[in-house]
Amino acid sequence: MSAIPRLPLTRNIRRGAAPFSRAEYEQADGYLAVRDTLGKVEPASLITLIAASGLGGCGGGGFPTGRKWQLMPGKDQRPGPRYLVINADEMEPGTFKDRLLLEGDPHQMIEGIILSAYALQADHAYIFVRGEYLTAIERLNHAIAEAEAAGLIGENILGSGFDLSVQVHGGAGRYICGEETALLNSLEGRRAIPRSKPPFPQVNGLWGCPTIVNNVETICNVPHIVRYGADWYRGLGVNGALGTKIYGVSGRVRNPGTFELPMGTPMRDMIEDHAGGMKEGYRLTAVLPGGASTAFLMAENLDVPMTFADMAKHGTRLGTGTAIVLDDKTCPVGFIANLQQFFARESCGWCAPCRDGLPWVERTLKSIEAGEGRATDLDLLLEMTGNLGPGRTFCALAPGAMASLQSGLQYFGPVFEQHIATKACPWT
Amino acid sequence: MSIVERQPPLDATERAAIAELIAHYPTARAAAIDSLKYVQQRRRYVSDGTLHEVAHLLGMSAAELDEVATFYNLIYRKPVGEKVILLCDSISCWITGRDQLAAHIHQRLGIRQGETTADGRFTLLPIVCLGDCDHAPVMMVGDTLHGNVDTAALDAIFKPAESDTP
Repeated sequence: MSAIPRLPLTRNIRRGAAPFSRAEYEQADGYLAVRDTLGKVEPASLITLIAASGLGGCGGGGFPTGRKWQLMPGKDQRPGPRYLVINADEMEPGTFKDRLLLEGDPHQMIEGIILSAYALQADHAYIFVRGEYLTAIERLNHAIAEAEAAGLIGENILGSGFDLSVQVHGGAGRYICGEETALLNSLEGRRAIPRSKPPFPQVNGLWGCPTIVNNVETICNVPHIVRYGADWYRGLGVNGALGTKIYGVSGRVRNPGTFELPMGTPMRDMIEDHAGGMKEGYRLTAVLPGGASTAFLMAENLDVPMTFADMAKHGTRLGTGTAIVLDDKTCPVGFIANLQQFFARESCGWCAPCRDGLPWVERTLKSIEAGEGRATDLDLLLEMTGNLGPGRTFCALAPGAMASLQSGLQYFGPVFEQHIATKACPWT
Repeated sequence: MSIVERQPPLDATERAAIAELIAHYPTARAAAIDSLKYVQQRRRYVSDGTLHEVAHLLGMSAAELDEVATFYNLIYRKPVGEKVILLCDSISCWITGRDQLAAHIHQRLGIRQGETTADGRFTLLPIVCLGDCDHAPVMMVGDTLHGNVDTAALDAIFKPAESDTP
């Protein structure tokens, strides 16, 4: 029997090597949680367990997973198909953590799906993987075939009477597929446009049936919580946080990468100890703590623990937990313009503020960067952060885009003014 | 140009494969993206004629399927070269020099974003973050992911095909 892990999500991952086969995974106590649970534990008690663990959504929102699950009507209230959908549409710029989990330990993903589907009494599971993740798709399909052959997926799993099919669905692009209701439209063979909520997917999701959509990392935690308990999971965090997190960092640091660390690890520890600090000749100006949709955290605040609550105290969000470093040799205006180019292109076009506003923001920023800005541009951009902010659009894409712009105007105001006054970018 | 503008009708193999994809879902239209990706893999892009035929198999109008096809950036409704180059233009790759790589590709292959080389080998398209930011700058060429790309790597990848070398 393996020792009780402190870093459960990556314990089987051997970077650069093939992932564990089903046999290797089982040798490392894999699928024990499934064998000890199916037909032996009441599904409802698993939902209570996940709620008690405090597990939060790892896709960026941090919404309590147990509470999300509790919002799904019971099978007695809503007979018919029930779906579990794994959101593996990892496309938030600067985010590369789910790739590690999918490629590195696909059986952990499958075991999490089996246990979660059992808890929810869902009979079908879809893994929505972005189309470019070809290795992940191949490894998941292989792991599913191995699990089916071992009777871990299919009809009457391990004699428990529980049936489950698991299918990988490869996407065809578009960031908006990561929005859970847009993802459901895409799975149904439609344009990926967000749906109005309510009704929430838990009640009316895929083909109108009760559906839970969870991120890859969230569900990968489930087997460990089932195996070792809610108290064990809560005890993994530091600085008042619970569990572990796949954090990551990219940009001009010495060793960009992903690191499973206790939730609540300070940003500085990740960047300086795990990523080796900045590359020779570069200084850190600020970071986006968790992808392109999060606001800047300035260099003087790097000691903040990487938790949802602590990031909020500094006006930003933990997001996906994968940070992007803005260094002193990179122009903040160009940096923000690049982020806005992404959001403008990826707007689904459904609502006007996002469809028309984001290209306007992108062009305004690029003209400032090119030395063609006007004095009135900064007021215009500030106004846009309100017009495209929370509550003005159908989904969170445009408000997410405004996070870097609003905080950028706040922290780098003199840099914007200098571009406009000198009609040039000081960095070029 | 090696690009074929017209595509033959779907053959028996393709029709059977699409029927198999449809069987995976409760509704036929749910197989729309899988079906478009499948025919594209065989035919490089989805022509109007192919789109009409696939729509018929899915029980959708051609307009309905085109609405889906044109939404997704990995479905190509226009001819592309043998291999599509997806050069990431999101933030981590931008910081680490993707603009210089785009300039090098232009110098080397004579194509900018959205263009295909005269010999039909490569098409360059923009792509958002490929989720491999610890190896930025990153690109895909066909099905292959390339990380830590520099101009020397580009030269190796885009060296002329054997038959072209004098």
